[in-house]
Amino acid sequence: MTIAIPATPASKPRKFGIDVSKPVLLVFAAILCVLIVMPLSWLVYYAFTDKNGAFTVANFYRLVSDADFLDPLLTTFALATLSALICCAVAAPMGWLVARTDMPLRRTVRLLVTASFVTPPFLGAIAWELLAAPNSGLLNQLYREITGASPDSHLLNIYTFTGLVFVISCYTFPYVFVLVANTLDRTPGDLEDASAILGGSTWDTARRITIPLALPAVLAGALVAFLQAMTLFGSPAILAMPAGFHTITTKIWSLFQFPPKPELAAAASLPLLVLTVMLLRAEHMVLGRRGYSVVGGKNSEPRIVRLGPWRWVMLTVAMLVLMCPVFLPYFALLNASFSKIASHLVSLNNFTLQNLHFVFFELSATSLALRNTFILGILSATCGTVLALVISYVTTRKAVTGYRVLGFLATAPVAIPGIVLGVGLFFTYTRPPFVLYGTLWILLIAFVTLAMPAAYQQMQSAFRSVHPELEDASRILGATRLRALWQITAPLLRTSLIATWCFVFVGVIRELSAAIMLFTSQTKVLSVLIYDLNESGDLAAISVLGLFMLIITFSVVALANSLRGRGNARRNVAIG
Amino acid sequence: MTRRFSKRDVLKGAGALGLSAFAVRVAATPAAEAMTPALIEAAKKEGKLAFYTAMDLQFAERLSKAFEAKFPGIVVRVERSGAERVFTRIGQEYSSNIHAVDVANTADQAHCIIWKRNGWLAPYLPKEVAQHFDKRYYDPEGLNITTRILVSPIAYNTNLVKKEDAPKSFKDLLDPKWVGKLVKAHPAYSGTIMNATFEIARDLGWDYFEKLAKQKVMQVQSATDTPKRISLGERAVMVDGAGYLVIRYKERGQPVDIIYPEEGTPPATGPSAVFKAAPNPNAARLFQNWMHSREAQQLLVDWARQYSPHGQTVEKPGIRKLADIKLMKEDPEGVFAQADAVTKRYTEIFKV
Repeated sequence: MTIAIPATPASKPRKFGIDVSKPVLLVFAAILCVLIVMPLSWLVYYAFTDKNGAFTVANFYRLVSDADFLDPLLTTFALATLSALICCAVAAPMGWLVARTDMPLRRTVRLLVTASFVTPPFLGAIAWELLAAPNSGLLNQLYREITGASPDSHLLNIYTFTGLVFVISCYTFPYVFVLVANTLDRTPGDLEDASAILGGSTWDTARRITIPLALPAVLAGALVAFLQAMTLFGSPAILAMPAGFHTITTKIWSLFQFPPKPELAAAASLPLLVLTVMLLRAEHMVLGRRGYSVVGGKNSEPRIVRLGPWRWVMLTVAMLVLMCPVFLPYFALLNASFSKIASHLVSLNNFTLQNLHFVFFELSATSLALRNTFILGILSATCGTVLALVISYVTTRKAVTGYRVLGFLATAPVAIPGIVLGVGLFFTYTRPPFVLYGTLWILLIAFVTLAMPAAYQQMQSAFRSVHPELEDASRILGATRLRALWQITAPLLRTSLIATWCFVFVGVIRELSAAIMLFTSQTKVLSVLIYDLNESGDLAAISVLGLFMLIITFSVVALANSLRGRGNARRNVAIG
Repeated sequence: MTRRFSKRDVLKGAGALGLSAFAVRVAATPAAEAMTPALIEAAKKEGKLAFYTAMDLQFAERLSKAFEAKFPGIVVRVERSGAERVFTRIGQEYSSNIHAVDVANTADQAHCIIWKRNGWLAPYLPKEVAQHFDKRYYDPEGLNITTRILVSPIAYNTNLVKKEDAPKSFKDLLDPKWVGKLVKAHPAYSGTIMNATFEIARDLGWDYFEKLAKQKVMQVQSATDTPKRISLGERAVMVDGAGYLVIRYKERGQPVDIIYPEEGTPPATGPSAVFKAAPNPNAARLFQNWMHSREAQQLLVDWARQYSPHGQTVEKPGIRKLADIKLMKEDPEGVFAQADAVTKRYTEIFKV
């Protein structure tokens, strides 16, 4: 193919007939603006006005002077810092183990980390309540059983600041893990080879070459983990109240209780937004440096460290770590689903199917929530993927002037925490001209916006892997941009499209922080239903719904993986 | 005009409407209505209704299923959360012109005062209510009817606390031996607890709560959650919560028992109302009518173990008669005027 039509950099589009590309692209840019700019404008407006609409900074003054707000701010900061540190301490070595050692079952470990990645943090928190509530928690019961300790004593108490840090770390560490493991996967072995040739021992090489190479990824991971922990709503919403404190996200949410104080909620949201933007800038600077560390790599195989007898020890350690986010919580949920009393282990006289029956046949909210969740998941995934496809096409092929703005807008929501976006959208769409509150549209907008950055990044890297020559050929033969995109590029990107679609779908299913601000009784989704059930402590029903949610999620992930496996071969053929 | 009234109405943007509804509040009691075949027919045509309630989820669903069985073709969607959250939800929906609720049942009479003044409620007086309910249990204009009478007693886990060691009064809970062993629900989520908090603060003073907060109390949201926590054995004693659930769990063989505190047990009556802008007006009326019939009220007594305002329901043994419980005085107007202040003070004391 490349012989038939040599790729020329100067293959500018020729204008035969009417090319509708530009207007279409402009529409997409306008959509992005509406999605992102409007809610943030309202947020800023509310934060700086009083009830009568006059300008004021009183809301911010109250934020820093009133202990009701200052305490949650400080708590959140401490929480996020500690979680980030723990995530790095655990995830970085694990990332190295799977990427650079001969530890057995490396693929399985990666898969299990993915499992903790897709577990909704609020579900993890509820599962850990079942495990480590000081008196009724399964692990504490086991502890008393084994040690014969008094009924009052406990080993773990999840209703504490430390407990919350632990649970947040459980579901945040995959961010660091993925960054570190991927970096080490991609870092070529040349430098390590050189070190070995010069007589460095395995450990010397690891210490002096590999670890410094991975350090930017670790640092970036720490920032991302900090960000996640700071803006998380799910886990604090479950654990912070029984523990007797607020985080900034639960405080923002409580400000919408009657009588609502939207101006304070807006003021409390802005610092989160500003901090997120700053941290992401920092992350960008850190990761930007990674470029030089891998320069000159000619994709030689990464050097694998032989652990010898240590490999089984390391595997045991990794599995012990994975007990916390995956094995133990899933077991607790499974147990509670089939037990008459959530805190008792299932036995012959304790086994019941009543919980399943209740959730699927008696609970009248289930069917509506499931329907809403599926409709939103499918629509958001489809809209998000199409938007991401078009935008990344424009930015990688530099199709219109101002493509950079488009790329920026598509990445911008990464800096908007879910709950902040929820507050902004609430302001925007509960008033004319766009009254969307009470419809699924407002949730669709929220989910598409939140999914956009990740979807865009995935599609963009997919585009980079497809050389433009095929498109150019199509355009030289007279096709418009859109037709070339539709007939040539999209089929080549099919597997990436499917992967992105699944990714967004899974993200929507587990989303709580924006949904909690935007739902009404008729537009309730599964995550909100679980949150409502938690209010009244219906743990068995939660466990059934939660497991059901996980089954859907894993089916979709498995589907994406199998398609990707098959599709890769096909794509390589097409590009080659 | 109270502070709370003006604030809420401004927020609703319905100030004028509320005032006018207030001004013409001399309307006569409406004619009592039966479940006529015409009403049933019209309700079946609508085929569905949305029931927002603060009842415990299991009973709310049980009640709906009984209604659906009696009137096939009408599906009830239960929207359950704590009464204060139900109230917030309806307020948020109505201020965005979303009229989704047909019938609401809360555990806080003050909500009905506000809905009434906003002009949101439809007058509807079922025949059985006019015949068998004491006048204090329904609004003279038929805008709301007391569906159930709740009490918020103390309760404990009998495996963790011996009967003779169990607390007898609210004051007893301040004993250092209860540090870290108490669980309590929150007035910003639960209507029962809003009333209980108001009543305890009025009778024992806020300094009671200040002392209680030093006992490392585990804070949960709903009044229906505290009985579950002591039944699981997570905490030994519940400071407040739904007494009827404790009785239900006890009758199911779980290790819990109830204590009616010496100072008096806080009551909260749970009223229901049909909304004027209900999307299914006939189904709403039929449900409201049936829910206060002897049949449904007996289910409330037998299954839910709550107290019924219906004069013809038969008490089921195993539960102390309401007349035999020393009750604190319920004061909806007081709660109405002070709810915001109660929440604020409470949050300051308990930090959540």
